[in-house]
Amino acid sequence: MSGLLAILWVIYLGAEDPAGLIATLVIGITDGAMFALVALGYTMVYGIIELINFAHGDVFTLGGFLGLPLLGLFGITSGTKFAWVYVPILVFVFVLVMGLNGLVNITIERVAYRPLRNAPRLAPLITAIGMSFILEGAMYLWRGPVSLRFPNLLPDTVASRFTSPAGHFGLNSGSTAAPLIDIGVKDVAVVISTVVLVILLSVFINRTKLGKAMRATAQDRDAAQLMGIDINRTISATFFIGAALAGAGGMIWALYFNSIRFDLGFTTGLIAFTAAVLGGIGNIEGAALGGLLIGIIRALNERYLSASWSDVVIFGILIMVLVFRPTGLLGMRVPEK
Amino acid sequence: MIATLRDPKRLRAKLRQWSRDPNMVVYGVLFVAAVIFPPLASFATGTSTLTGLAADAGVWVLLAIGLNVVVGFAGLLDLGYAAFFAIGAYTYALLASAQLRSSPLHQAVHLPFWVLLFLAMFVAASAGAILGAPTLRLRGDYLAIVTLGFGEIVPRVFRNDPGHWTGGINAIGGIDQPTIPVCLDGPWSQGDDFKLQFGAVNCSFSLSDPTAYYVLMVILIIACVILVTNLQISRLGRAWAAVREDEVAAAAMGVNTRNIKLLAFGIGAAFSGFGGAYYGAKLSLVSPDNFDFTVSITVLVMVVLGGMGNIPGVILGALAVYFLEFKFLTDLPRNAAALANQVGLQGLLAPNAATSWPGLEDFVGRLNFLVLGLILVLMMLLRPQGILPSRVRAQELKAEGAADDTVFDARAGQT
Repeated sequence: MSGLLAILWVIYLGAEDPAGLIATLVIGITDGAMFALVALGYTMVYGIIELINFAHGDVFTLGGFLGLPLLGLFGITSGTKFAWVYVPILVFVFVLVMGLNGLVNITIERVAYRPLRNAPRLAPLITAIGMSFILEGAMYLWRGPVSLRFPNLLPDTVASRFTSPAGHFGLNSGSTAAPLIDIGVKDVAVVISTVVLVILLSVFINRTKLGKAMRATAQDRDAAQLMGIDINRTISATFFIGAALAGAGGMIWALYFNSIRFDLGFTTGLIAFTAAVLGGIGNIEGAALGGLLIGIIRALNERYLSASWSDVVIFGILIMVLVFRPTGLLGMRVPEK
Repeated sequence: MIATLRDPKRLRAKLRQWSRDPNMVVYGVLFVAAVIFPPLASFATGTSTLTGLAADAGVWVLLAIGLNVVVGFAGLLDLGYAAFFAIGAYTYALLASAQLRSSPLHQAVHLPFWVLLFLAMFVAASAGAILGAPTLRLRGDYLAIVTLGFGEIVPRVFRNDPGHWTGGINAIGGIDQPTIPVCLDGPWSQGDDFKLQFGAVNCSFSLSDPTAYYVLMVILIIACVILVTNLQISRLGRAWAAVREDEVAAAAMGVNTRNIKLLAFGIGAAFSGFGGAYYGAKLSLVSPDNFDFTVSITVLVMVVLGGMGNIPGVILGALAVYFLEFKFLTDLPRNAAALANQVGLQGLLAPNAATSWPGLEDFVGRLNFLVLGLILVLMMLLRPQGILPSRVRAQELKAEGAADDTVFDARAGQT
């Protein structure tokens, strides 16, 4: 019902000012793609050990923080602009960051979560919050309270351009020239890289042996163990993949916005967690869909209502979903015990 | 009780029994320390700054006692505890300052502190009940997230200032000080003569002399400790323990789990509102920035460090964390710099752009996130029962393997 109303509202906005709506949707989809990458990690970890991995948002930030010095090794500084020679370097650094991030997350799991696997549920959740503070504190100690400038390595060129017939677009309202809506190569690159990563993930989960082990462990850990699956290895792999995706997300975020700060992961992590819950936590497709929806909702809210309320709206959605539909939009694939 | 005190033999037996109970020892030491602290501190330093700091620490003790009801007694993880603190503080700030004159009401309200202390408590408890009613049927970790979301929403609403009620980022200042109808002047205040004073003007708390606040805080804490101890050993306290340990079994035994949890949530929130009103008066300034997630986590760290479910432990934890966060870590940059100067490491003091070294003082000043996180992780891994554990809770947390994951599973009524 409320979904229907929201769709009607969006259609109305589109009729009023198509260009503005398209611009907003572009922002929403791009942001949403990044949220989806983070949400996947939440959902995978929750699916397999039913832990809200609080530190995941900070693992995401860590991706950007690790990426910056690694890019520096190749002589790329914050002033560097896009050039084709940087593309292979960028891909290499991406892979490196994903790997390092994965290793960090495996360590976190090994040190902070595994010893508490049989403890009361509250215990690992509290350590997860502690790990989040430790990661944030470490990044704070390392780089301080400033926003780090990230090189603008994605091309600024325009991929596609729309003109708006209605002629009132944001601050330019009243101007006579038809405003232009640009979809940058940046936006396209973000969305494409996210889609590639999500497809790789779903192939991995559905087609490989380790993916099968993950699904089995998520369904019933004891039974999976009886079938000869190495539970610890499977859980480690899950943390690795989740962190790798988050690290890629952090890199993409930093490349897109060209800045990153140590406490970015707290709010972004919560938004991504909302996305995972909205899609149905434990459900991979749900996380991707939830991320996209949250991105679009956030962008619509920022354009048509008020940017200072967007976090309130997102957290409001989180509470509403948990209260009225805890299984999320697509439901849990992993049935609750 | 009176009979025990009259009979020296029984009194001695009772005292011996108390001296073996670590909780009673801690209470005794704390009480004596609380009484001798203000004269000692002002004698040692010549100012009442330390007394003011101790009064501020009391706010955190109140918060920790309140969160302990939710987390320690009922086993519900509340990550948005700062929200209720904010609600209490704003209740006091709005109804005891000139703020409402610039609101749509166009009329300043100045209610007395003593009324508002209880009103703030009531408002915060209502907020807790309103949030809790629909969400308490959720599982433990979902509940944690809901409260976290709530804790993020509330300060943002105060900051965004819908309808120009709360002053937004400008904060609310010039908040009234508590007054008492009768007070006694003497050498301890500015006037040296013993003189009985009457009226609000003469007997107002003063921001420059925090001793009155300190005394008020000690009284509030004592009242709260008595209250919570009685709650813990009451029928309600046993019901909380039952729900915490096995909700299904508790429900089968006829405990109304929803109401029981709602009560824990509301009572916890009430303490927070109580502390919030005091905090608003003591600081005379309420700003939305004082209630962020770090506040909720700091209180949680206090409870976890002290020992979930054990009141004297939680008080110790609150004092320890307060000292660490607001005295030790705040002074550490200066002390570290002084130490570096003395041992001849002046090179560390200056920032160095090439190695992005921020300078020793700045670097040390960044430690507090890390310290909070480390306390949480290390405590949960090494001593989950806290420094002064409750005996029952220690057993629970230690029973490895036997503790199945339904201990915090509050999913009654959920598919």
